[in-house]
Amino acid sequence: MGIQHEQEIVGKVKKMVASQLGKPEDEISLESAFIEDLGADSLDLVELVMAMEDEFGVEISDEDAQRIITVQDAINYVLERRK
Amino acid sequence: MAEFKDKVALVTGASRGIGRAVALELASRGAFVIVNYAQNEASAKEVLSTIESSGGKGEIRHFDVAKTSTVQDEIGKIGEEFGGLHILVNNAGITRDGLIVRMKEEDWDVVLSVDLKGVFNSTRAAAKIMMKQKYGRIISITSIIGEMGNSGQVNYSAAKAGIIGFTKSAAKELGSRGITVNAVSPGLIETDMTRNLPENIKNKYVEGIPLGRFGTPENVAKVVAFLASDDASYITGEVVRVNGGLYT
Repeated sequence: MGIQHEQEIVGKVKKMVASQLGKPEDEISLESAFIEDLGADSLDLVELVMAMEDEFGVEISDEDAQRIITVQDAINYVLERRK
Repeated sequence: MAEFKDKVALVTGASRGIGRAVALELASRGAFVIVNYAQNEASAKEVLSTIESSGGKGEIRHFDVAKTSTVQDEIGKIGEEFGGLHILVNNAGITRDGLIVRMKEEDWDVVLSVDLKGVFNSTRAAAKIMMKQKYGRIISITSIIGEMGNSGQVNYSAAKAGIIGFTKSAAKELGSRGITVNAVSPGLIETDMTRNLPENIKNKYVEGIPLGRFGTPENVAKVVAFLASDDASYITGEVVRVNGGLYT
């Protein structure tokens, strides 16, 4: 995977979150917390993590996944580790 | 009947016995059936040709359910190649009998690996596909031995009892994604596994069976097909006994 522009990653993550949680994209802000604001359950989070692993070619450990609380956290994770 | 039209089903250990009957039953109801086997290629081919000669469809896939990464790859490929995976029947199982004080560690390990870890391996790989589909039917074949125990089978009964706990937990985890997870618990069924029992032992068992006979693989296959059908859409985490009343 080549270097992706930051805005592109932000867009992709938002799109993935929207489709996973069945919410319109404009309801998803960077500050949205998956569980508290977006109503995700534990299985939703696992599915998001697996989708991010596939999409961005990163491996997200369970420990790291627990620290991903908001949409911004997810984006930061990908930005730090993308190949 | 085409109630499983457009459904892709994987039956592990489908070359013989109960697995064979399940594969034929699902295919006869319109499912595309993937016939998995680990050892007996000729028998697997016979199952597929029986399916095809009665107008059904399917394919053969050779892999050992005990090998985690292989199972992951093979089931992932099935999902991509056939556009999904809707029904998983965890049937593959082996026995290595012996009294506990004489049982070898290898006999314990291999039975647990195939009979219990195999269910984990296949279910984990299939659940990833089924979660995306928001639909799935997972049916594992446990055994009356896992419920009532049997002298000489601590390994097999432990593995089969394990499947029951596994089924109940997985049902709780996957229910919100439209996936049901159930188990079928056969009693004494006429298969290669029971064929070699001494005649006097067989007769003793039959005396304890209210319906007075061993079951057939088809008796079990019909229940598996029911659990895979829309008629069973509100059943999950359940263990259905098919044992002629031998253990209730």
